[in-house]
Amino acid sequence: MKLIKNIGLVVFLMGLAVFTALPLLGTFNLNEVDFKRIVTNQNIKSEIFINDIQSNIVGKEFTGMQALSPKIANAINNANKTHTKNREWSKKIYTKSSDMAAFIGKKSANGYIANNKGFMWLLTFGLGIIGALMFIVPNVVLLGKKGIKNDGIYHASATNQGWIGWMVFIFLVSFYIVLYFASEYATNWTLLVDPISEALSGNPAGHWFVYGFMYCTVMTVMAVRMYIKYRHNIYQVFRTTSVLFFQIVFAFIIPEIMVRLQMPYYDFKNAFPLDYDFFFQWNLDSLIETGGIGIFILVWGIVLTLVIVPIMVYFFGKRWYCSWVCGCGGLAETLGDPYRQHSDKSLFAWKIERYLIHAVLLFVLVMTAMTLYSFFSDTRTVLGIKTSSVQSMYSLVIGSVFAGVIGTGFYPIFGNRVWCRFGCPLAAYLGFVQRFKSRFRITTNGGQCISCGNCSTYCEQGIDVRAYAQKGENIVRSSCVGCGVCSAVCPRGVLKLENGPEDGRINPTEILLGNDVDLMELVNKK
Amino acid sequence: MEHIVIIGNGISGVTAARHIRKNSNKKVTLVSAETKYFFSRTALMYVYMGHMKFEHTQPYENWFWEKNNISLKDGFVNHINTAEKTLEFKDASKLSYDSLILATGSKPNKFGWPGQNSEGVMGMYHKQDLENLEKHAPNNEVCKRAVIVGGGLIGIELAEMLRSRKIPVTFLVREASFWNGVLPAQESEMINNHIKEHHIDLRLSTNLKEIKADASGKVKSVILEETGEEIFCDVVGLTAGVTPNIDFIKDSGILLGRGVKVNRYLETNIANVYAIGDCAEQHEAIGQRRNIEAVWYTGRMMGETLAQTICGNKTEYKPGHWFNSAKFLDIEYQTYGWVFSERSTKEDEAYFQWKHTKENKCITISYDKNSRQFLGINTFGIRMRHEIFDTWLTEKRSIEFVLEYLADANFDPEFYKLHEAEIVAKFNKEHTTNIQLKKKSWKRIFNKA
Repeated sequence: MKLIKNIGLVVFLMGLAVFTALPLLGTFNLNEVDFKRIVTNQNIKSEIFINDIQSNIVGKEFTGMQALSPKIANAINNANKTHTKNREWSKKIYTKSSDMAAFIGKKSANGYIANNKGFMWLLTFGLGIIGALMFIVPNVVLLGKKGIKNDGIYHASATNQGWIGWMVFIFLVSFYIVLYFASEYATNWTLLVDPISEALSGNPAGHWFVYGFMYCTVMTVMAVRMYIKYRHNIYQVFRTTSVLFFQIVFAFIIPEIMVRLQMPYYDFKNAFPLDYDFFFQWNLDSLIETGGIGIFILVWGIVLTLVIVPIMVYFFGKRWYCSWVCGCGGLAETLGDPYRQHSDKSLFAWKIERYLIHAVLLFVLVMTAMTLYSFFSDTRTVLGIKTSSVQSMYSLVIGSVFAGVIGTGFYPIFGNRVWCRFGCPLAAYLGFVQRFKSRFRITTNGGQCISCGNCSTYCEQGIDVRAYAQKGENIVRSSCVGCGVCSAVCPRGVLKLENGPEDGRINPTEILLGNDVDLMELVNKK
Repeated sequence: MEHIVIIGNGISGVTAARHIRKNSNKKVTLVSAETKYFFSRTALMYVYMGHMKFEHTQPYENWFWEKNNISLKDGFVNHINTAEKTLEFKDASKLSYDSLILATGSKPNKFGWPGQNSEGVMGMYHKQDLENLEKHAPNNEVCKRAVIVGGGLIGIELAEMLRSRKIPVTFLVREASFWNGVLPAQESEMINNHIKEHHIDLRLSTNLKEIKADASGKVKSVILEETGEEIFCDVVGLTAGVTPNIDFIKDSGILLGRGVKVNRYLETNIANVYAIGDCAEQHEAIGQRRNIEAVWYTGRMMGETLAQTICGNKTEYKPGHWFNSAKFLDIEYQTYGWVFSERSTKEDEAYFQWKHTKENKCITISYDKNSRQFLGINTFGIRMRHEIFDTWLTEKRSIEFVLEYLADANFDPEFYKLHEAEIVAKFNKEHTTNIQLKKKSWKRIFNKA
């Protein structure tokens, strides 16, 4: 069993190594015809740029994107410099150089990788999946009898912020930087999943398709790990199945199929304000233009946020979304589960959390208000501030850096819910409902708590669960995503997630159950 | 300002300190030689097992004490001068008090076994024991085998700890079955089997004769009483119960028995000196409780009660219905009310028992044969609600009532398989009754909350 595990690890690392090397490999050779097509598609009017590319890139072979990308960036820069000087605004190229490099890279990739997509897929995703499963599945036997198996978490480098943890951190951060800011380097990855993308939507894959596919793959493999680790706990099994289902079907497959059917790309479970660009002009325009289904999506999106989300939170707590449906939550609960203990439980962290998450909520609301004002009044600025620059700032700072690079990249260091805890505006909104108007609570079982601290240690949201449990108080916190792990790890059966009457949901107690201090009943009632 | 000094910063002392602070602005000093900050003793095992770091066992952040104006004094009290109301410390420093609370807890029993003070022989109680274990049993190469002496709750926890590092464990239990002085046979046997499933070498009806050390004074083996067998080992865990930790109190004039003798107000024979928690011994047992109760919950309750008295609201220690819980490896255990083992059941007490055919789940309900009154429940592998049972015990409900409404008491996580129907069916069959299980009702459950 140990041997299978070790072989699995080696196989996984081989797959990972190939995957990691891919951005710098491969040959690119752009031909005349493809370039003309790009020029037409991108509506490029700059003859300086076209000439530059034609003389420096077309017909030449480049090894690795690092050889090609700077040339394209140069060409754009030079062309734009001249056009700016001559005030030829219509000729100026507004496409980001990394996007341009990605278009050109995608068209011109012609080497071994482009010609052996299936085999290369096996060498990367294939080896990764097989290796990971070989590493994970033997735990059925190795973990022993079913039950809570957290042995050695704080002795292992990977899960105790040791060097493996830091390597994972570097890898994840780099991956997100490529994804958000240097997508041309993802060109080879897109080639691997072209066949899958073509089968689904009919189009070749872009880097977001790679991300979506990887997301589903990683979640599936790590869900297997969850199933094994928590096989005694049916709540965890159901919950894991649910997030996996919503990710694969709603976030990945349905939008792709909608594209195939000439409909807008839309993830029906992704609620505003997490889906922060839902009200952006381009989205509204495209939805309205599509008619029928577009209007339906528009109405659905609004109803989802304003009606469905709060009503569901009232009955079940925000867990129905955050740990049963949401994609970010899904990744956190699968890939992120080994890191859940790193969330900071200090009062200080809680303070930061409240400032930050509510600031993001405010930010998204102001931005959306500006967007809608601009949309209906047909202006580009509100009080002299350009709506589009606020939008790009949000997209960059919150959408990309916070949600992506920090949100996931920092899993091994700050725990798996960094984004959900500190940043997600939807979580902040659901949190208000959960805190003030909901039937959900974590019930504390009378006086049974022994203050051991397992619940707090394993709370991914950084809630000091013990602080409530040891006082006999129920836990009614806006940030609780209802993952149920505090209840699972409790050795004394003290915690239970449940939806019950609002009356008595919040129960401050002066004296714990078990002690018959008659006078204290008066104190408790006052 | 009145100065309250509390010796011992475990759950009893800390609870007293916190409640005194809540209810007054008296000066409070917590004295400890073990650790500066309060930690949860019950969680030490998880540190060794790698589930937590030591800091996670501390329920309050380090700034908590200063913020709440509770002084912490690191020191070992050598002598209590009750006449001058002064504590004398090992380092010769002194501290005077107006009221003194003894909350010194317990220490592991040692029954005079030869070699019991060798290196590598330890209890599992103090933080220092954890450090000692880390030193002598860091892995299964340094510690090729450990022998645990004494089959109680700490013994099985120590076995679990050592197994988490794949260290072979021999577990010597004096009784014919694990903890059968407390547990009914059905449950005791289930735990026996579960211990063996975890590859622990369980030796029942086995006593320790002596501990042998090598030339350097380090433990080398143990000899068994019954067979004379020698078991080679690198660590010996002594977990045969605990005794009040009161040696330093002996010449202070405070009345001692096995523990510090206290009345129902937790007062000792000397004015303004109190004792709470594991070290306190009631003159007369309260109900069916023992005179000394070395349990987390009772320590906490005594702390809550005494704080009332100290703050001017003189309050008798009146623990409510007995409850307790534990975890035996993977099996959770809770108990509400009184369920005694076969050995100690009284004449009119009877059991109703149910056991799952495959899983490690079972319950024993104890009731009065004549009055049908429900007396208590042991539940293994099924979580139950404390509040509900507390209410039923207060209301002196019948066993039939308890079974009828058993669904209200379930506290397992959502979607867990429920066994109430099976349990009631078994009772109906055995007693030719026709109890109909009521569906769980939120209204009834939260009525009391």
